[in-house]
Amino acid sequence: MRVLVCVKRVPAPGSRINISPDQLNVDTAHLGFTTSPHEECALEEAAQIIEEHGGTVTVLTAGPTEAEEQLRYAASVGGTDFVLIPNNSGGDWDPERTANAITQAVNKLEAEDGQFDLIMFGNESADAGGFQVGVRVAVALDRPIVNGIKGIEINDRVFTARREVDTGVEVYQLEAPAVLGIREGINLPRYPTMKGRLASKKAEIAIAPIEVHPGGQNKVRLHRPEERVTETNVLGESAAAAARVVDLLDELGVL
Amino acid sequence: MSDFPTKAKCVVIGAGIVGNCLVGHLTDMGWDDIVLLDKGPLPNPGGSTGHASNFIFPADHSKEIVDLTLDSQKQYEELGLQNTCGGIEVARTPERLEEFKRRMTSATCWGIPSELLTPAEVKERVPFISVDVILGGFYTPSVSAVDSLETGTQMRKKAQDAGSLQVFANTEVIDIETSTGPNKPLVQAVLTDKGRIECETVVIACGVWSPRLAEMAGATIPLTPAVHQMADVGPFDVLVETQQELAYPIVRDMDTFCYERQSAGSMEVGSYAHRPILHRVDEIPSNNEAALSPTEMPFTADDFDQQMEEAIELMEFLGDGEIKYAINGLLSLTPDANPVLGPTVEVDNLWSAAAVWVKEGPGVGRLVAEWMTHGYPHLTDPHGADIARFYPQQRNVHHIEARAEEHFNKTYGIVHPREQWATRRDITTGPVKARTDVLEAFYFEAGGWERPHWYESNSDLVATYEVPGRDHEWDARWWTPISDAEHLHMRDQAGIVDLSAFQVFEVSGPGVLDYIEHMVVNKCDVKIGGSIYTPVLNSSGGFRSDLTILRLGHNRFRIITGAFDGGRDEYWFRHNLPGDGTVQFENRTNGLCTFGVWGPNAISILQGITESHLDQSAFPYGTCQEVLIAGLPTDMFRVSYVGDAGFEIYTPTQHGLALWDAIIDQGSNFDLRPVGAAVYGTSGRIEKGYRLMGAELDSEYTPVEAGLARPKVKVADFIGKEAYLTAREGAPCAQLCVLTVESHACIDGYNRFPMGAGNEPILTSSGERIVDAKGRVSRVTTAGNAPSVGKYLLMAYLPTDLCEIGTDLQVMYQNENYPVKVAATGANLALFDPDNGRMKA
Repeated sequence: MRVLVCVKRVPAPGSRINISPDQLNVDTAHLGFTTSPHEECALEEAAQIIEEHGGTVTVLTAGPTEAEEQLRYAASVGGTDFVLIPNNSGGDWDPERTANAITQAVNKLEAEDGQFDLIMFGNESADAGGFQVGVRVAVALDRPIVNGIKGIEINDRVFTARREVDTGVEVYQLEAPAVLGIREGINLPRYPTMKGRLASKKAEIAIAPIEVHPGGQNKVRLHRPEERVTETNVLGESAAAAARVVDLLDELGVL
Repeated sequence: MSDFPTKAKCVVIGAGIVGNCLVGHLTDMGWDDIVLLDKGPLPNPGGSTGHASNFIFPADHSKEIVDLTLDSQKQYEELGLQNTCGGIEVARTPERLEEFKRRMTSATCWGIPSELLTPAEVKERVPFISVDVILGGFYTPSVSAVDSLETGTQMRKKAQDAGSLQVFANTEVIDIETSTGPNKPLVQAVLTDKGRIECETVVIACGVWSPRLAEMAGATIPLTPAVHQMADVGPFDVLVETQQELAYPIVRDMDTFCYERQSAGSMEVGSYAHRPILHRVDEIPSNNEAALSPTEMPFTADDFDQQMEEAIELMEFLGDGEIKYAINGLLSLTPDANPVLGPTVEVDNLWSAAAVWVKEGPGVGRLVAEWMTHGYPHLTDPHGADIARFYPQQRNVHHIEARAEEHFNKTYGIVHPREQWATRRDITTGPVKARTDVLEAFYFEAGGWERPHWYESNSDLVATYEVPGRDHEWDARWWTPISDAEHLHMRDQAGIVDLSAFQVFEVSGPGVLDYIEHMVVNKCDVKIGGSIYTPVLNSSGGFRSDLTILRLGHNRFRIITGAFDGGRDEYWFRHNLPGDGTVQFENRTNGLCTFGVWGPNAISILQGITESHLDQSAFPYGTCQEVLIAGLPTDMFRVSYVGDAGFEIYTPTQHGLALWDAIIDQGSNFDLRPVGAAVYGTSGRIEKGYRLMGAELDSEYTPVEAGLARPKVKVADFIGKEAYLTAREGAPCAQLCVLTVESHACIDGYNRFPMGAGNEPILTSSGERIVDAKGRVSRVTTAGNAPSVGKYLLMAYLPTDLCEIGTDLQVMYQNENYPVKVAATGANLALFDPDNGRMKA
């Protein structure tokens, strides 16, 4: 099984998110960076697939040089091959441009080493939340895609993918090559081991410069909604608080 | 919020281990009307306490730190929040094994049971350790892990239950307001986002945020936030199976600067080996902005990779553990790695209780509470932690960061007692450094000043006096036989000592006599030109300082103190000014420089360049006069800390170079040599048995025990008088003694030389630790060669029954015992020229 997982380097903020002075980006001056949680799950799913079925997991990202950190993290949790599409513009590409770049990279990688049976995206990125890149790439590659996936079974070259909806569970069957947008909760991603972390330092990262034109979507500005101030009301301590807790739950209508 | 107080007696800012324990102890000591504030939520407001690894290795070389640690362990134990699991430091290098011998010495001194282990013995206790990478271990059974958050909660609750404390979490301090006080700004109120609290006293116990809070009031708390990386790795069957939080001793891998601490099924791996990563306070995210907590900053994995490799070397299974949690945890580093405690020097009633580890937290809480209550702490002498120890040039971010960067990787390092700083040197120099450079001075830093410790240009004297070297590299490090040769030359001819690092204050005004009498033990109403060497006591009768005072005029006194004590002494003298304008205080350190000229030829040299008469009849010992030397104005003070004839000579700094040149020029006819501070501070001093603040003298001992009590007590009242009178009533339970080392031969057959670093215990001839009736251990306070006596000398307090001259005892050094003999006790401890014939010649 040849699997591709696309990931994005995103800031790891607290509950309050600061915006850069030009209002176009999250202020990351004091933030660490991580991989979008949906994509961590996609990566875990891919690692489990090749543990069961054999194969490779190529991890691809478009981002700044520092995004190598996320590729190395992927190497420490099961990735086997790594590709960075450099974007050192200082900000995100718009979804159309990102999708174009990834599409070109996929074409190039498939020309070199054969078709990917499965391409996985996170359902949406943790920072921009555009919900677009996976769909755009699938359409460009003319492959089927389903988003919101929280379960995958593989039978020969057929993927049975499930997603939760308000009315129950939808089940799709897609024939390889296919694209899936993965949702957090499909699995519990593993943590890197110390050995895995050390081995990941030796992982080779292929740099794939791709010339793509900006898409038609321009970010005008980010806006931070007013913070909701919540007052903590301590109901009491230890067993003595039980009666007040019951009263409150009753008041809230949850009993 | 309607119940937010508008007034309080005391506001404590910061609800970490220190702030919480402080309010608990203040309550015990009778304080009430206290308010505790924290910007974060409780019980974990997000400071360093919240992510601490919470373990305590009690053995340390510093008495002050050990006192605080042992008291903290006692408090954690009393609350039932201590898990005593034992701890092993492992060595990978022969140097570390040597260091373990020093640790054994310290452990013996402080009464902390410890033992050295072979690799196989380490493995018996930690079965999963790789014995092939270690050479041995240092095992302390009383190593423990504690619950610092719950301890804080309980201490806080105790104060709340007593009705003395109100607590406000999620409350940000916006400003600390001051008013004009009698001598300097005075704390007036704390402004928060919930209201303004008018208060008498404010304590800043905010860890890494402390500098920002101090700045609000116009004060400084010199520390920097710095990263300590830590990762939680697991789970591991071998740990899970124990079903205990801590079934195995905590391991410190000392040569890789890492630790491995079991945390139930996981292992916490922490490091002090990564590059120093310092942050500015403004870079710390708020509670809302932080992904975890403000002081759990994003982990920079690259910095930790080598530590992981080394951890796997020591415990192979760690490699397969998942890294579930990893942080760049923030802690506070000061320029010298000690805490910053006590009243701030800039603002009255503003206190600092910062840069404290969990292992010292409850002890610091008690110590600061005692300090606030009694005027000085009882738990231990806070000499090394007193925030007033730093001079202005040591309080800025450049200095703090340079020194923190330098010492961070020494957290688990082998630091020699005489080790010198490499950074921020040549910041403070006297006027003759250009000359002493040419003389190849080797400088030690003294309170920030560059002070020649010896002169390589004197190396020819080593052969002249046939001074032996030292056999062991450790004993010879930061040491040279040149110093002993300089000493002998000074005794034979003459030496000049650059004393520009002296701290010089002048007090004057119509109220000055009453003021100075109030400050010190000995009578100051002497003739103009007279001098007073005197203890300065705290209210409990222990030493606050010892110093020399010159009466320069009817209403003018000069106070001279050492480079290491100037900051603390300036604070104390300023703090006690009457505040009614009748006494003025001036720090003249920068305006005056000092040279000492001593030796049999000293008077002749100086007489040749002055028209004043320098003989004893015209210029008696212990007096000072204004004298022109080579046409330059000086104050000459006939005195000696090295036991020879001569003078301390003070001159305005701008004349310093010319004065030095004139003396050197004249001295060339008398074989005058420059002599370093090793002679001034150690060999010359110890031959005369002179005491040193911070060594023999500290708040735990009285002038009676130090042999510095005068036959009579002056009529005037002074700080500590009541306690001093009580101390004089009965026989002291301990007395300061000088001992001679009778044999230096170590077990391997060569000679060793105790350092006098404060951690070497005096033992009975059968090897028992000696403790006096007040629980104070006998230990070496100063050690040094006495070249003119032909002996190596130690100073130590001994229980009175052991003070008899000739008593045979032992000293422990590097875990071996050497025979010593009591040679002097009482007021006169001089083994060289005990009648002072030379000084008074």
